[in-house]
Amino acid sequence: MDRRENLKWLISGSLATGFLITTGCKETSPEVAVSLPAYGRTPEETLHDSKIMAEQFFTEKERKTIEILCDIIIPADEKSGSATDAGVPDFIEFMMKDYPQFQLPVRGGLMWLNNECSKRFGKEFIDCSESDRMLVIEDIAWPDNASPEMSQGVKFFNLMRNLTATGFFTSEMGIKDLGYVGNRPNEWDGVPEEVLKKHGLSYDARTLEVCLKMEERNKIAAWDEYGNLIRT
Amino acid sequence: MSFEIKNPKDKYDVVIVGSGAGGGMTALILAEAGLSVAVMEAGGDFDPAKEEYRTQMRWPWESPRRGAAIHRPFGDFDAAWGGWEIDGEPYTRKNGTSFDWFRSRMLGGRTNHWGRISLRFGPKDFKRKDQDGLGDNWPISYEDVKPYYDKVDKLIGVFGSKEGMENEPDGFFLPPPKPRLHELYVKKGAAKLNIPVIPSRLSILTRKINNDRGVCFFCAQCNRACQVYADFSSSTCLIKPAMKQGTVDVYTNAMVREVLTDNEGKAAGVAYIDKKDLSDKRIMARAVVLAASACESARILLNSRSKYHPDGLANSSGMVGRYLHDSTGTDRMGFMPALTDRDIYNEDGVGGLHVYTPWWLDNKKLDFPRGYHIEYWGGMGMPSYGFGFNMDTMRKYLTDNLGNPSPNGGYGKALKNDIRRIRGAMVGMSGRGESVPQYDNYCEIDPNTVDKYGIPVLRFHYKWTDYEVRQARHMHDTFEEILTGMGAVLLGTKPTAETQYGLLAPGRIIHEVGTTRMGDDPKKSVLNRYAQAHDCSNLFVTDGGPFVSQADKNPTWTILALAWRTSDYIVEQFKQKNI
Repeated sequence: MDRRENLKWLISGSLATGFLITTGCKETSPEVAVSLPAYGRTPEETLHDSKIMAEQFFTEKERKTIEILCDIIIPADEKSGSATDAGVPDFIEFMMKDYPQFQLPVRGGLMWLNNECSKRFGKEFIDCSESDRMLVIEDIAWPDNASPEMSQGVKFFNLMRNLTATGFFTSEMGIKDLGYVGNRPNEWDGVPEEVLKKHGLSYDARTLEVCLKMEERNKIAAWDEYGNLIRT
Repeated sequence: MSFEIKNPKDKYDVVIVGSGAGGGMTALILAEAGLSVAVMEAGGDFDPAKEEYRTQMRWPWESPRRGAAIHRPFGDFDAAWGGWEIDGEPYTRKNGTSFDWFRSRMLGGRTNHWGRISLRFGPKDFKRKDQDGLGDNWPISYEDVKPYYDKVDKLIGVFGSKEGMENEPDGFFLPPPKPRLHELYVKKGAAKLNIPVIPSRLSILTRKINNDRGVCFFCAQCNRACQVYADFSSSTCLIKPAMKQGTVDVYTNAMVREVLTDNEGKAAGVAYIDKKDLSDKRIMARAVVLAASACESARILLNSRSKYHPDGLANSSGMVGRYLHDSTGTDRMGFMPALTDRDIYNEDGVGGLHVYTPWWLDNKKLDFPRGYHIEYWGGMGMPSYGFGFNMDTMRKYLTDNLGNPSPNGGYGKALKNDIRRIRGAMVGMSGRGESVPQYDNYCEIDPNTVDKYGIPVLRFHYKWTDYEVRQARHMHDTFEEILTGMGAVLLGTKPTAETQYGLLAPGRIIHEVGTTRMGDDPKKSVLNRYAQAHDCSNLFVTDGGPFVSQADKNPTWTILALAWRTSDYIVEQFKQKNI
């Protein structure tokens, strides 16, 4: 990456603070830009993140397998894209380094998957046909019905399901998919009336009387000597 | 990351160790009285209004770990710089007992991220021995503290509702927010059991109280610290206005190791390690106030040995570090079929619960002596790391419109849709109760270990008694009744005697108090009823250390009220030239 490109990258992301790490791995430029998120990190945290973000955990083949698994677990549908569309493999790569306890079960699980495919089809998972792959996935995807000899595969797929699902639904695409409409200034004035009705619930008179009224929020509070809030 | 102190003084009127609830309040009241004050903070500067520190109003994807609690114990966006473990600052445990010690090394300390649950102790809470014969009464009563609770309410702001309950005194409340949907279900379920559910009491500004602080805009993120100062933290609501008085110097990255004493055994100042260059420095003062947290203050006293105070400062009674006690705590979760396939709306609300259950039973009819309150959680909050987990066991709770359950586990579009459907269907509850303080639960100086600053560290010895264990059992019975009553499916299994009924290790609720307790008898207490050391008249403690007993309330509001009361007393001592 040349220096100008480097700078452009550093300046562009409004959420990302540029961070230059000298690695010496590029002959033309000793600097590799790692885009580090800035969200109130301490210097120790920034150092940790920059260090692990410069490392690569998955091999190319492992990465490819992870991508396939991610999109089996969370495919695109009419509402949103797939796990890889949402960048989930990058998240999983990061988690391997940030939480090293994941490394053995994930790397070992990928190996288990390859061993199983090798036994059945004489090929590694990524070299199998889609239908062959799915035969193995079907055997490890349903914990309540899986045969006991598949238990290690089930365990691995449970972990992959957790990481993929959480990675997807905490991404920008996933949050939009869920229709989450918070994390912004709001006026909380209770559960919408139509929702209350649907659930057969209501606010009793006392709750309505004591609770906050939106129009009084910006009036400076005052009380009488008995602690009664003066509400006008 | 530190303040520039333009003209450090050779000697201050008062040096305060710690900038949390107690230290912040003490600094403000002393500064308003015109005293010169040095505040010593072991961590760095922090102000949530500054962009460099801001974690509020961030999206999960801004964190590469999506908010996971890998490095910060309450999640990646939580404001605390610290936790139960801090690199280079160890503590140890004795005889296989357990205690976990949470420290936040930052201006404002743990007030930056706490739950803002701001409950007054009631008249009974100050006189527990009178009721059950256990432990000790406080030397003071609710009537002594009430005027200060009133002042704290007005200065800092707390919402709540007047309920007229004897041991849950009403205050000067701001209006509470309306309950969320799952909280209405809690109310309905608990009502069948005659368990009260009332508006919570949190120090969050639902209305403005002055022009220096903003009003809550309902992002539910108080634990990230509020950039408009709409919740209480010591850094924003006490230290900041204290510094405006012009007589306060705040020393950050200043790790106090001992209180210095003069030839007569009086406190003369403090010695501290300046973390920036690891040099040993001193601050001299006419009076010393410890507000470093119950355990850290005990540590400093025990490490302050001198000719006059061979067992540590203010420790002729041997009580420093003794009677350490935390709140009890245990939790349970449920799944609400009625809350699947929810209508989507912004349900964030304030940071924390909108309703809670105060203690409602009579211990004379129960097999344990002290009460607990219940906190409720759930709702359609912002997804974070962990959202979408456990579909290998949870998916079966979803049913289609013919009532057929989904299979556990799986993959693909159907799984993706079931995760959407399950959002907001989980509810949980946490019991937080009062333990009985024990002489044999304590912290002391570990003879073999120092931290990275060379300061001898604490060693803990703490065991729950049958009182707390039986209380935890009762909590779980109650949780199941309420969850069932509100139509929830119980998740997990009810903990048994082998795990002390799910009772969390001491220190986990982060309400540890009692290490420098107050009392009228100098042989049985460290401090007098004004939190002044019996052995050293110009030494005071204004954190949780002076507590005689913890009540089933969160300690912060009482720390603030007592710190104000002690500060008034200190000002009076200066006026009378006793200091």
